Amino acid sequence: MSILVDQHTRLLVQGITGREGLFHATAMQAYGTNIVAGTTPGKGGQTVLETVPVFDTVAQAVRATGADTTVIYVPAPGAPDAILEAVDAGIGTIFCITEHIPVLDMLKVVAEVHAKGARLIGPNCPGATSPGKAKVGIIPGSIHKPGHVGLVSRSGTLTYEVVQALTDAGIGQSTCVGIGGDPIAGTSFTDVLQLFKDDPDTHAIVLMGEIGGGAEEAAAAYRAEHLPNVPMVAFIAGRTAPPGRRMGHAGAIISGSGGTAEGKIAALQAAGIRVADSPSQIPALLREAGLRAD
Amino acid sequence: MAGWAVPDDLTMLPQRPLWSLRYPEVPDQRSRGAGASVKLQEFAAKQLLVQAGLPVPAWSVATTAAEARTQAEGYLAAGADRVVIKAQVLVGGRGKAGGVKLAATADEAETVATAILGMDIKGITVRRVLIGAAADIVKEFYLAAVLDRTEQRVRIMGSAEGGVEIETVAETNPDAMVSVLAHPHLGLLDHQAREIAFAMGLGDRWKEAAAIAKGVFKAAIDNDADLVEINPLAIVRTVGPDGTVTESIQALDAKITLDDSALYRHPQLEQLRDLDEEDPVDVEARGLGLSFIRLEGTIGCMVNGAGLAMATMDLVKRAGGEPANFLDIGGGARSDKVAAAMRLILSDDSVRAILVNIFGGIARGDEVARGLIEARAQQTRDVPMVVRIVGTNADLAADILRESGAGIEAASSLDAAVERVVALAGVSA
Repeated sequence: MSILVDQHTRLLVQGITGREGLFHATAMQAYGTNIVAGTTPGKGGQTVLETVPVFDTVAQAVRATGADTTVIYVPAPGAPDAILEAVDAGIGTIFCITEHIPVLDMLKVVAEVHAKGARLIGPNCPGATSPGKAKVGIIPGSIHKPGHVGLVSRSGTLTYEVVQALTDAGIGQSTCVGIGGDPIAGTSFTDVLQLFKDDPDTHAIVLMGEIGGGAEEAAAAYRAEHLPNVPMVAFIAGRTAPPGRRMGHAGAIISGSGGTAEGKIAALQAAGIRVADSPSQIPALLREAGLRAD
Repeated sequence: MAGWAVPDDLTMLPQRPLWSLRYPEVPDQRSRGAGASVKLQEFAAKQLLVQAGLPVPAWSVATTAAEARTQAEGYLAAGADRVVIKAQVLVGGRGKAGGVKLAATADEAETVATAILGMDIKGITVRRVLIGAAADIVKEFYLAAVLDRTEQRVRIMGSAEGGVEIETVAETNPDAMVSVLAHPHLGLLDHQAREIAFAMGLGDRWKEAAAIAKGVFKAAIDNDADLVEINPLAIVRTVGPDGTVTESIQALDAKITLDDSALYRHPQLEQLRDLDEEDPVDVEARGLGLSFIRLEGTIGCMVNGAGLAMATMDLVKRAGGEPANFLDIGGGARSDKVAAAMRLILSDDSVRAILVNIFGGIARGDEVARGLIEARAQQTRDVPMVVRIVGTNADLAADILRESGAGIEAASSLDAAVERVVALAGVSA
């Protein structure tokens, strides 16, 4: 098994005829992901990637193809509506790759997504890959190896760095999920930990955090209560970021004593999670924590 | 959690000290990059409060002492006892730094303005002052709307103790704070606004106070602000021309930060951004779509992705080096953008070595390599460069770098790259 995406995923790509959408749809399909449809308003009736039908609306795409998961490459001004269109069409799992969506839009969108019982990952996230089964989003497929480590991260390229390190060390992954770095996100670390907890194929977990906010502390508390015996390793980016400086991500801010790397590391360690000083240490720490060879 | 002013709201309050709520979204002014907040000057923030229907005493802005004098004459002639002259800078603590003064005559106003204009407050030169009639304050309060990312709501916070550091109030006297979460779709409801008004001790003026609470929320929503803060909000006594004394609630100071990502739909707000107070390098970086923050060290860093950029800086520091900057070139960076980013790094004379760490996903390694060579060709200073490119088209990138003869060192791993660049910075220092 795995979480969020697998070989049974019937994927819709919103914005499939755009530059980003088409580029990544091509890569996802090449990885083996089952892309059943795409949407771009006004381009219904076309076919892309030889076999993928394009629809004008998400509702049409769902009716015609039974799509159950969507990935959004729509530019920021239209992305909130794209998420809501997917929710209204009954899609249960929504990945939003788009960055720079206004925060106040996301307050409303996330409330609506939760009210309808759908799951939103992102925005401003790299997506998720269940190695050997499916990849949804923009994570390079080549860096993965199937296995039993679940990875959850607030970053994009830092996620790739760690996945590569795991793969190079011969450690495969069950699912790698990037939840995005925006201040308002649909899915939290804790949500993903809950999914990993219920996944029999995930034997160990890597959590990649950043300074700012309180999500890592919440994840530590969740681990202490619900996952005490699962080998778990974490890394926190931004240990040396000067206080009061915002390092690119809207979410990654240090202010006062809240959200600092020290506070997060202390909380993670107190919950029995090993914290790496460098991404390259993660494979060894996983083994030290009890991960057995595949 | 006992002792909160509005017990009904206890379920909505997070289990953490209130002071940690206030600034989570507000970055230091000098640190803006792409995707950050835009902090407004007081006079610009007051403009937005007025547009949201909030009561703000008349003010004007002067850039010279002569202008300040003329404006002061106007307020004094209209009946003001004194005028207040306030430095317009985006850093905190301007009062303590001597940037806020009262004046009783036009002469005094000119003298005070002369002293404040050109004053250095935490490294910022004062270019403008705000002038208005000094308020006759009966009592001060605090009121703010702030994005609460944990609760995923806009939080309205009020306190009967205004005009002081609100973090201190929240820590020492949490009973004095009231806080409600606005509904994501319905906004700040009437009863919530009333709760704020009564809990702030404004029961005898609750209609006026509730309208102000709704106005603060409206100012946040209308402008896509992640913080609208009025400190102090005050009951102010005014004497009319006929001698009648009236008291009303007025916003005497204002702090607003806007969500950069939403500026596209508020083109008029872009003009309120104060470019004078920004590091020119930051302004240039933003124009290029780069996220750049200058730091104190000697090792220039160019990375794609904010998380990886921070992690790279952490590793540099761990290896004994000091990063000269944070730079995220973003996804899909083309060669011209890479070259421009390299120029930004090299514009800092303290840079002794450069580390390039690119994990190609959307970004293609060969594009980055071409940009580096282009930048190398224009480079006037000989700064050693260590490059680590992995992921999409990394092999092609390695070929391009090797064949260029540009003397760029390639590193096989991130750890090795960091070790090497720290050594190079040490050697050439």
